[in-house]
Amino acid sequence: MELHGWGRYPRQEAHVAEPLSGQQCLRAVPGASPLIARGQGRSYGDSALGPKVLSTRYLDQFHDFDPQTGVLSCAAGVSLDDILRTLVPRGWFLPVMPGTRFITVGGAIASDVHGKNHHRDGTFSAHVASIRILLGNGECVDASPTDKAELFYATCGGMGLTGVIVSAVLRLKAITASDILETRIKTPSLDAVLEAFDANAASAYSVAWIDCMARGSSLGRSILVMGEQCTEGPLVAQQAKALGIPVDMPAGLLNRAVGKAFNAAYYGRTRSNAQPSRKPFESFISPLDAISGWSSLYGRPGFLQYQFVLPKESGGNGLREILQRIGQSRLGAFLAVLKLFGDANANPLSFPIKGYSLAVDFKAEAATFELLDVLDGIVAAHGGRLYLAKDARMSEAMFKAGYPRWQEFEEVRARWHAHGKFMSTQSRRLGLA
Amino acid sequence: MTRILIIGATSAIAKATARRWAHEGHELYLVGRNLDHLHEMAGDLKVRGARSVECAALDVNDFARHAAVIDAAAVALGGLDVALIAHGTLGDQKVCEQDFQAALQELNTNAISVISLLTHLANRFEAQKQGSLVVLGSVAGDRGRQSNYVYGTAKSAVATFMQGLRNRLHKSGVQVLTVKPGFVDTPMTAAFDKKGPLWSTPDVIAQAILRGIARRRDVIYTPWFWWGVMTIIKSIPERLFKRLSL
Repeated sequence: MELHGWGRYPRQEAHVAEPLSGQQCLRAVPGASPLIARGQGRSYGDSALGPKVLSTRYLDQFHDFDPQTGVLSCAAGVSLDDILRTLVPRGWFLPVMPGTRFITVGGAIASDVHGKNHHRDGTFSAHVASIRILLGNGECVDASPTDKAELFYATCGGMGLTGVIVSAVLRLKAITASDILETRIKTPSLDAVLEAFDANAASAYSVAWIDCMARGSSLGRSILVMGEQCTEGPLVAQQAKALGIPVDMPAGLLNRAVGKAFNAAYYGRTRSNAQPSRKPFESFISPLDAISGWSSLYGRPGFLQYQFVLPKESGGNGLREILQRIGQSRLGAFLAVLKLFGDANANPLSFPIKGYSLAVDFKAEAATFELLDVLDGIVAAHGGRLYLAKDARMSEAMFKAGYPRWQEFEEVRARWHAHGKFMSTQSRRLGLA
Repeated sequence: MTRILIIGATSAIAKATARRWAHEGHELYLVGRNLDHLHEMAGDLKVRGARSVECAALDVNDFARHAAVIDAAAVALGGLDVALIAHGTLGDQKVCEQDFQAALQELNTNAISVISLLTHLANRFEAQKQGSLVVLGSVAGDRGRQSNYVYGTAKSAVATFMQGLRNRLHKSGVQVLTVKPGFVDTPMTAAFDKKGPLWSTPDVIAQAILRGIARRRDVIYTPWFWWGVMTIIKSIPERLFKRLSL
């Protein structure tokens, strides 16, 4: 069947196995050809594509939950949405939530996802007690920071290339209310928003919506959104009642003119309010989940999301250069998100490092590919890297420059029988075995 | 707190329905062939909020054991309020055409075993004068067509049997609900190419089941549009229908 990622580019024919249980999973691996695991397929590019794909859709059971400690044990195919709907009403939250809740636990670990609270709470794996992994030799092992630590660290952010994540034990966070108290600040320039990030470092959650099409003195104008967990109020997780976009929109719908107008309107109508307002956590943390299938607004050719991080020291200059380049191009850039990350962790392929991360969408057309190659040069020159979970086209050289511990990662994979067993279209492109 | 027996509990639609019931905090008794699967499911349902979950193994084609399993469920739960019969197989129509033993197996699993279970359950529910009997039928039972008439025959037989039960049990206040899903994306339909707006998910069917029970419905098509589709299909004259390739 034809598969694709969230950006709908690229598309690829795959043989998909859908094991019904952990036992069936075991039989899928020692086969001849390499495979890659796939959760909900929400990575943007080709991280979960390959000739042979193992879907975890039926590995979706909870195993155990301790209401005293908040420790949850579950199969890797359980979605974050399922965890939230089951446990938020009982006063438990995920310590790290990315911009969508429709991903699996396995996917969250494999991409080592981050959220709007990265600067304080780190990545998803910081709250994972242990992982059960099916290795390339058919053996199933448990790895944690204290047992087979190198395998644990390589798997968190390892894009499924160390083995199939079968189940995990997570530490949830106790909450007394599910709403988030949101404050917005309008910042008229790039310098202003970078200063605002520093000034508001004590916020639990912070992220900026940035207008990538603004130029000149308005370059980098943004809306900084901050959040704090409410301590009083209801404990509610809404059933996803999403506005669907059932068919591919015409490819020309989201063009430059539309993008400029949308960004300007969004920026313009937002009032910078010093008064915090209470929001359901879904609309604060994952607002786009309300529009199911929003990626089809980009039409059949699909889109590319370019997400990079630059170290903080030179990050401001790098960002300025990149924003100028994007502005100069004739390409519509929508839904751009800027975040100041906290410290990096010990994982060789985990994306966040201390600095500025920008995520921006482009239509998947020829001019975009040219622009992104140019932007790669700027990111590399500043010592930054791209996010593998969003990537659909980065070169091997760009990957190895951005992730200098790639060799260590390959050595760990070799020791744990992963070479030639777990490969994706992305990993082949990046020159991994 | 409702006491619910689910036969064929590890099937996709039963699983989705059990999860919704667990979220509401009911007491569940799961019956299926694979005890390991059932225990794993029980663990999952307890995390989701089920007040209690017990399991028993049964191959539905072992008719002699039906009464005992149902009685054991009633003892374990202290009574039965809802019984959901959700097991089924989708055999290879072409094989069934050539080999009657294969067809017989399909009819036994999908129709005869269901009728046996319903016989025992109907007597119990009639005596207790309350409760809901719920069976997973299919739109395939509404009209025989060349691509799946062995499966369709079984589902049709069950639907007619349920009509009779509904009539008989009305004065006892027992609900008899036939659920007719269309195409659903489950392991049973793994061989099909699943694109298109006609394909639904187990959870959609599960929601319809809970709603159907709450509203005391008799027959439900789910998703809703299948009622319209099948009304049209059923109205096509036979001399025309026999020429079609559905």
